[in-house]
Amino acid sequence: MAKIKIDGIDTTVAEGMTVLEAARNIGVRIPALCQHPKLTPFGGCRLCLVEIKGFPRPVTSCTTPVSDGMEIVTTSPTIERLRRTVLELILSDHPNDCMICEQAGACTLQELAYEYGLRENRFAGERRVYEKKDGNPFIERDLEKCILCGRCVKVCDEVQGVEAIDFGYRGFDSKIVTSFEDDLNCEFCGQCVSVCPTGALTGKQWAKHGRQMGVKETDSICSYCGTGCTITYHVKNNDIVRVTSKEDTLNEGWLCVKGRFGYKFVSSPDRLKHPLIKKDGEFREATWDEALDLIADRLKKIKREDGPDAIAGLSSARCTNEENYAFQKFIRAAVGTNNVDHCARL
Amino acid sequence: MHNITVKVCMGTGGIAAGGDEVLAAFNREIAAAGIAASVGKKCSAHQVGCRGLCAKDVLVDVIINDSKVTYIHVKPEMVSRIVKEHIIENIPVAEFVAGDDYHNFHNKQFKVVLSDCGSIDPEDIESYIAVGGYTAAQKVLGSMSPEETTDLIKKSGLRGRGGAGFPTGTKWEIASKQTSEKKFLICNADEGDPGAFMDRSVIEGNPHAVIEGMIIGAYAIGADKGYVYIRAEYPLAVERLKKALDDARGRNFLGKSIMGSGFNFDILVKLGAGAFVCGEETALIASIEGQRGMPRAKPPFPVYQGLWGKPTVINNVETLANVPYIVRKGPEWFASFGTEKSKGTKVFALTGKIKNSGLIEVPMGIPLRQIIYDIGGGIEGDRRFKAVQTGGPSGGCIPADLLDTAVDFESLAKVGSIVGSGGMVVLDETDCMVNIAKFFLEFTRGESCGKCVPCRIGTKRLLEILERITKGEGRPGDIALLEDMSVDIKMASLCGLGQTAPNPVLSTIKYFRHEYEAHINDKKCPAGVCRDLLTYQVISEACKGCGACLRACPAKAITGDKKQPHVIDPSVCIRCGACFDVCKFKAVKKE
Ligand SMILES: Cc1cc2nc3c(=O)[nH]c(=O)nc-3n(C[C@H](O)[C@H](O)[C@H](O)COP(=O)(O)O)c2cc1C
Ligand code: SF4
Ligand code: SF4
Ligand code: SF4
Repeated sequence: MAKIKIDGIDTTVAEGMTVLEAARNIGVRIPALCQHPKLTPFGGCRLCLVEIKGFPRPVTSCTTPVSDGMEIVTTSPTIERLRRTVLELILSDHPNDCMICEQAGACTLQELAYEYGLRENRFAGERRVYEKKDGNPFIERDLEKCILCGRCVKVCDEVQGVEAIDFGYRGFDSKIVTSFEDDLNCEFCGQCVSVCPTGALTGKQWAKHGRQMGVKETDSICSYCGTGCTITYHVKNNDIVRVTSKEDTLNEGWLCVKGRFGYKFVSSPDRLKHPLIKKDGEFREATWDEALDLIADRLKKIKREDGPDAIAGLSSARCTNEENYAFQKFIRAAVGTNNVDHCARL
Repeated sequence: MHNITVKVCMGTGGIAAGGDEVLAAFNREIAAAGIAASVGKKCSAHQVGCRGLCAKDVLVDVIINDSKVTYIHVKPEMVSRIVKEHIIENIPVAEFVAGDDYHNFHNKQFKVVLSDCGSIDPEDIESYIAVGGYTAAQKVLGSMSPEETTDLIKKSGLRGRGGAGFPTGTKWEIASKQTSEKKFLICNADEGDPGAFMDRSVIEGNPHAVIEGMIIGAYAIGADKGYVYIRAEYPLAVERLKKALDDARGRNFLGKSIMGSGFNFDILVKLGAGAFVCGEETALIASIEGQRGMPRAKPPFPVYQGLWGKPTVINNVETLANVPYIVRKGPEWFASFGTEKSKGTKVFALTGKIKNSGLIEVPMGIPLRQIIYDIGGGIEGDRRFKAVQTGGPSGGCIPADLLDTAVDFESLAKVGSIVGSGGMVVLDETDCMVNIAKFFLEFTRGESCGKCVPCRIGTKRLLEILERITKGEGRPGDIALLEDMSVDIKMASLCGLGQTAPNPVLSTIKYFRHEYEAHINDKKCPAGVCRDLLTYQVISEACKGCGACLRACPAKAITGDKKQPHVIDPSVCIRCGACFDVCKFKAVKKE
């Protein structure tokens, strides 16, 4: 354990923890853009600079491990001046697009600009201008808004293990690139979208469905597979505008392409909402009781006439473990056959 | 019986000037003259590394018994006379022989690292062994403990020559105390500063000294694997280094149980792709690990967690090349040169508007004036000295009234510059200081790795402001803005690149503010360099009406009848200066 002092507050924290984590632990807020609690530290945005007694220059709190006896100052006129300059520099190379940006209201950069009251820019100059070329149906990449925090690169590598993107070029021309700068062609899990602190990465389907104002968030469970990730529907005017997942869920906020982007079925006119029974070549709506009775009758009849092995049960990866267990039990014990399998083996 | 040796400079500079043809010519002439058989003399010609005075390449030494004569600017067609008159008849060819400035160039220098460069054959391990090579490694491995070795280096006062001047012995000591089953020693030969060629010349001229230094360092810290990280743009250095490593392995100076000591150590060569930032130690480590060369924040420092997370010492080429000499001659000997806090010597690449440009090695603490006027021979064309830029893109400009500043870590820092890795660019009255600052910012802006905001965007913005100033679009307040930004960029950047990139701006503002003011307020470039601020005018009284300017002007901006004063139309003039260059009567005024 290390005894340290943050802004005059004494605290004891585990060795190996970063100064930023230690500060957050006791409720001291330090601004940051590139830092993400689930990713390895980067130290690029320079907003989390702090002064540490005995250090010759300010250091990034997200990369500096605590050590016993450390005295840390998280805010001072010098530190605030540096943070302001850094933000102003970022904004000098950022399109002033907040009016029409999908991310407005949920953007960390916008929030910080608001906090520091930055409007005029001493450094106004050339901005990066890129042609958008992603033809994929899921992820909109507007790299003019990218602040090169590297979170997307890290999540893709450290969490998803895909490494679809990386830094390319140097200096002012640095850019997050795919191999050979082709269209994004990956798993489209959208983890990168979920960690992007700006509007550089957004869901293609989000566009023009509504931003944060008046959005109702409803937690739910993703119905695509047995993992049961917790998801949050963002709903506006009875329309799902996007799906996210919170960090304190069993899936730690990470989702796959289906859970994150496959939400259009909910309001699809083709969606099956009631059981249908075919009669005279035509489907007609039925109640669950009618449908289940019909199935039970037919199963019993087949078993009676042709024996249980004439029946096979096929279950689905979209069911939970418990549901799959109950299903095989039903086929084996109630029906009496071992003909049971699962779509994931097909 | 005479002993004759011909040494031809074959550093990259020497080869570019035709050194290989000169050496071939010597071999041909000597063979043709049949000297060995007919005259009964023992004669050989061989290559040597750079010996410094690149401005006068190709340099050739002819040594007959112990008397040495140096020829300068040698061309293949001069070789037959040298062979006939000097080697056969023993009468040096006076008109080719180096003059006083060659000797002045050497007199104020003192060579440790370069002592064998330019004299031994870098591709022949025997040549190094003949001058005492590998005896230091033998002594250390055979009779000293690792602690005694670090103590010896600590006692010598050697500080890192890669830029920061960190005490080498202390670095080794920290690394030696880390408990880890694996440690690494890396030799930093990235050398990306514009105009710097110290480390290249050392490796090209005496690769074995670097290898021997690495063996000693690895033994001191307990590393069994070393890397030389060298830029791929140094093909000759790479080739000589690889050959030297093979030869050293052949003699068991590298490999298992070196010279029977039980100590194992070998060295791998890693080629860098030529990014300046990869010279920064954490970026260098990332590069060796196969990642993009981006620095990471320190702490943790590489001596604790370096390559593959293991304790790693990174030393500069020159730092390591000093080591065998310190071991051989003793730490007291080394510490007897230099100043109280900066011991020994430092190699500099002296370039710019200087008569004797080239590679020099001087004792620490020597005044700048001696380097520029005694060794460098003064300013080209005897123009007026304006400033000397030390430390490359991380350094600053030092003006004429500070010429007596001593060249050591502390004194240069005090005047707003640094020793750095050893670049030294001399500037004269024809250099515009705003333009110089712009030059270095162009470099750092392009070499920034892009990881952190202040450097990635800040250097771009600094450059934009400098560009507008040199274009005559400077605004009131620009100087203060440059200063404010520079201070913040220095303080907020992640690595040494960003932390020092504004230095050229700050130091030129500090010492040459009036030049900035002239650009911004009067829209004039006092040195006559910034093209957009120049005006060309014909002085009617001096104009003879020869029409040379009229014919030279690509924009057809000049009119005038024969034998009548000509006139330049400023609205058409593109300020190319063709008229100024062509007028024989100095009748075109540029301001
Ligand atoms: C941008 C940058 C470039 C550097 N380039 C070099 C280089 O080319 N060669 C070098 O030896 N050190 C270079 N350094 C310094 C190294 O990081 C490191 O301090 C040095 O290699 C340590 O060796 P020393 O202790 O022997 O000086 C550079 C530092 C920075 C910040
Ligand atoms: S969608 Fe997933 S796989 Fe594709 S780049 Fe983003 S994080 Fe990587
Ligand atoms: S795209 Fe987003 S997450 Fe990725 S580097 Fe840019 S701002 Fe950061
Ligand atoms: S200071 Fe420049 S070179 Fe260093 S990490 Fe930051 S962007 Fe990269």
